[in-house]
Amino acid sequence: MSRMLNRAALALAIFVLPLSAQAHRAWFLPSATVLSGNDPWLTVDAAISNDLFYFEHMPMRLGDLVVTAPDGSTVAPQNASTGRYRSTFDVQLTQQGTYKVASVSSGLNARYRLGTESKRWRGSAAELPTAIPAGATDVEVSESVRRIETFATLGKPTLRATEPTGVGLEFVPVTHPNDLYAGEEAKFRLLLDGKPAAGLEVEVVPGGIRYRDRLNELKLVTDADGGFAVTWPAPGMYWLSASVRDEAGTIANARRSLTWVATLEVLRP
Amino acid sequence: MRRVVPLALSGVVAAQAGAAELTVSVEIPRLNVAEYHRPYVALWLERKDAGAVGTLAVWYDLKLKDREGEKWLKDLRQWWRRIGRDLALPVDGVTAATRAPGTHKLVFAADRAPLAGLAPGSYELVIEAAREVGGRELLRIPFDWPAAAPSTAAASGEHELGAVSLTVQP
Repeated sequence: MSRMLNRAALALAIFVLPLSAQAHRAWFLPSATVLSGNDPWLTVDAAISNDLFYFEHMPMRLGDLVVTAPDGSTVAPQNASTGRYRSTFDVQLTQQGTYKVASVSSGLNARYRLGTESKRWRGSAAELPTAIPAGATDVEVSESVRRIETFATLGKPTLRATEPTGVGLEFVPVTHPNDLYAGEEAKFRLLLDGKPAAGLEVEVVPGGIRYRDRLNELKLVTDADGGFAVTWPAPGMYWLSASVRDEAGTIANARRSLTWVATLEVLRP
Repeated sequence: MRRVVPLALSGVVAAQAGAAELTVSVEIPRLNVAEYHRPYVALWLERKDAGAVGTLAVWYDLKLKDREGEKWLKDLRQWWRRIGRDLALPVDGVTAATRAPGTHKLVFAADRAPLAGLAPGSYELVIEAAREVGGRELLRIPFDWPAAAPSTAAASGEHELGAVSLTVQP
């Protein structure tokens, strides 16, 4: 009896774990995305959760946080703190124009055999040369690169902070990400290492999941130019995500998995 | 922009001078709410299919220290998108203090911005009101410029604006 239960539990665990790992969503939630005035502040929540946009699972760690000001410079977030379910920080908007809030992280995973033993390792590219023992066999290294973003504009929208770096999976606005209105179509592009990311699936999920039964997600595919268009069904916060796997990273013989996530606000016209 | 108290007199003056002008009457309703603040209001012109051409008036809280009132201008969502975010505030003759409940008449002369140099065509007067801890409302009144004959059109708000009318004098 107990053996059967254990087996059932194991089968359930195998079934459930990969699903729940995929279901988690990372996001920023800005206090506002369109701002006016002399000296406003932006407050941003950052979390990893199932439902959008509720902090109910884990805080997003802020170690990879980069806030880019309208002039392209990097500004330091203030009052950062990490609680049980969310992190939060403030950005003082001292310049007119568009700010980008991003968490850009990358890490390596390795699997190898040492004699009869299976081993796993996680770390950075710098640590890789010394991480795997000389006698290791069946070495598999994978690189994962994640970019989580949101945008906020004081005054007139600008594009300096959203210029792509040419590295990884990146979002390039055609329609400005702080000029989005329900019922209107917005156009964006995704680039992979600076080149059009064609044929990628983009998932668009409206926030407020807790109060409805269906996800109501839109699934779009990027065209040959990496472009995709979203006609916003309603005002609110939206979570956008795309991912791709390739072997074009900087680590030799490593598979690379790249994820892009953004929170965009759509206003009522 | 000038505030005209006796409307009849204004009509007489306009007729005598033969000057084209727009007269706008805006009613700010008196609301029975626990916390009342006068609404922010923007009045502007849009050309059909071509977007905003100019702001006639913006009323917001000018008295707060450190220009704190400008922080809430984005709540005039359409005006902010169409014109406001491109302006350096305050704008002389356009930005002004909020107004109390009641009917306010405004006259805009054809020889002053934004009517001066306005190309002939079909336009809309757009009026947007947003109230702190309250709602937001937007009304549009179409008109042709310049008018062939004096004409008046009206619209009516439901919660943040009352009766609004526009008279175009050729």
